[in-house]
Amino acid sequence: MSENAKLPPLPTGTFSERAVAWSKKNLFDGWFNTLLTLGSIAFLVWLIPPIVEWAIINATLAPSIEACAEATGACWGFVNANLRLILFGTYPFEEQWRPLLAMIFLMGIICGSLGAVKYPSLRKAIIPMWVIGVPIIAILMWGGVFGLTYVQNSYWGGLPLTLILSSIGVIFAFPFGLLLALGRQSHMPAIKTVSVVYIEVIRGVPLITVLFMASVMFPLFLPDGVTIDKLLRAQIGIILFTAAYLAEVFRGGLQAVPRGQFEAGDSLALSYWQSMRLIILPQALRLVIPPTVNSFISMFKDTTLVVIIGLFDFLGTVKLALRSDPAWTKYYVEGYAFAAAIFFLICFSMAKYSAYLEKELRKGEQR
Amino acid sequence: MTVATEPTTGAVPPPSKEDVITVNKMNKWYGNFHVLQDIDLSVRKGERIVICGPSGSGKSTLIRTLNRLETYQSGEVYVDGILLGDDVKNIEAVRREVCMVFQHFNLFPHMTVLENLTLAPIWVRKMPKKQANELAMHYLERVRIAEQAHKFPGQLSGGQQQRVAIARSLCMQPKIMLFDEPTSALDPEMVKEVLDVMVELAKEGMTMLCVTHEMGFAKEVADRVIFMDAGQIVEMAGPKEFFDNPKSDRTKLFLSQILSH
Repeated sequence: MSENAKLPPLPTGTFSERAVAWSKKNLFDGWFNTLLTLGSIAFLVWLIPPIVEWAIINATLAPSIEACAEATGACWGFVNANLRLILFGTYPFEEQWRPLLAMIFLMGIICGSLGAVKYPSLRKAIIPMWVIGVPIIAILMWGGVFGLTYVQNSYWGGLPLTLILSSIGVIFAFPFGLLLALGRQSHMPAIKTVSVVYIEVIRGVPLITVLFMASVMFPLFLPDGVTIDKLLRAQIGIILFTAAYLAEVFRGGLQAVPRGQFEAGDSLALSYWQSMRLIILPQALRLVIPPTVNSFISMFKDTTLVVIIGLFDFLGTVKLALRSDPAWTKYYVEGYAFAAAIFFLICFSMAKYSAYLEKELRKGEQR
Repeated sequence: MTVATEPTTGAVPPPSKEDVITVNKMNKWYGNFHVLQDIDLSVRKGERIVICGPSGSGKSTLIRTLNRLETYQSGEVYVDGILLGDDVKNIEAVRREVCMVFQHFNLFPHMTVLENLTLAPIWVRKMPKKQANELAMHYLERVRIAEQAHKFPGQLSGGQQQRVAIARSLCMQPKIMLFDEPTSALDPEMVKEVLDVMVELAKEGMTMLCVTHEMGFAKEVADRVIFMDAGQIVEMAGPKEFFDNPKSDRTKLFLSQILSH
């Protein structure tokens, strides 16, 4: 009812009188809106109570198959009992503090970098944070030094794998996509052609194909004895794929910057790269924040496809847990609901941050 | 007031030492459209030239070839003794000495006024930031807008924005300034504040080429007025001669149209 306060002609009277006035104006003006309002209420009454009953009231958290069999609602016990398998996959059980720490570390660096918009003092720390942070994460995950046992990356899995694939994906796909977008606008025919062909070919095939190519076909082209790790191949596949999409997003931004801005840069004797970096890109990238974040969200969810080349990302580990004991298999709804909730949480945060970033960057410039 | 009109037979006359701009038989086409036809023009240091003409006559295109925002297909353009062709080094060298003020200001909306002014001195002239700030404040005071230094362009009026754009050009301490219809996009009451700044600049001896329809400005400061039509320089004369005794019929018609009200 906080809407009340915003309405300009405030009807005087008690709260309930105002509430009635508000409802009349916004919910029941005319037979059609009245019908819609009543219909919506009926739909919610039909929908919500069963969900609440299933997910909360009749649900059980107890991590045992017996408790689940007795419960008439959701069996969150499945998630509870398999939490470590779901979160960390097949990473050696005793060593799972390492991916946990790595994940917390990664989140810290990401939050630190994103927070630089609000706290300019953090800006200078962004590059050092990544330069120092990534090796630490690598050491935690792989081990083999400082008394940590070596863990092959085919054992990595779960949420840390998803987060690593997507954040490294963002970091490399962003500049690569930018170069492709600039290449596509280049006056040099060779560069332009290469960029256009790359973008169109990659955009024209499904990510699954790119991942398959990376995992099955790519090794065939390598000389004997040279192997590139499967995880790395998947990572490169994701980067190459996302970059093509980002390139088109960035191109939209570049085209939206008025021609006069390019001319002003030229007439001040700025070089091409100076003009781009100081004048054009700051404006172009700001314009395309929503579609850029859209691409990142899309990529984040697409990392789940690495399961087809035998890597267990966060969604893959849920499947793994469902298969770990036949008794658990029927609780797939709970498993996938949990995975969906985590994915939603992360994607929604990205969307929220994008909106915040736009607002923050626009401050002070409004007329 | 020398005008290079002597037809040359292929040989290129070297630019005279006094001339900061020499244009020889320059031609430009957009596809089949002949935008600039056999343009010959020389401008001496400190000269103030006003270029007028009906829209589509090629006057903006002409001054835009002088800092290579537009290319040309035949002839030569020398600016400050440097041949403006495809050579990127030459182009950058010319642009360091020639600044342009645009019809739509083209300020950088994501930077404050001060940042707009210091950008080129810092990145092109490699000036220390502190010195660039002082230089910028100096020119902002000259265009009487120093109090707006920390605002963004979007928060200023059109006249204020154009004065910032002039100050931005001045910060490069150019030898030549080009004005491309600097008052055409302004509300009438803001035209004067911009023209006042331009008149001051002219009186200080800046070499200026100005595309404008402000005939009062032309009468007050121009050494020569050029009238262009259909891609050609139709008439070129001192302002008194130009306004009192125009030779070509097209000039007479144009003047009667814009001076009638």
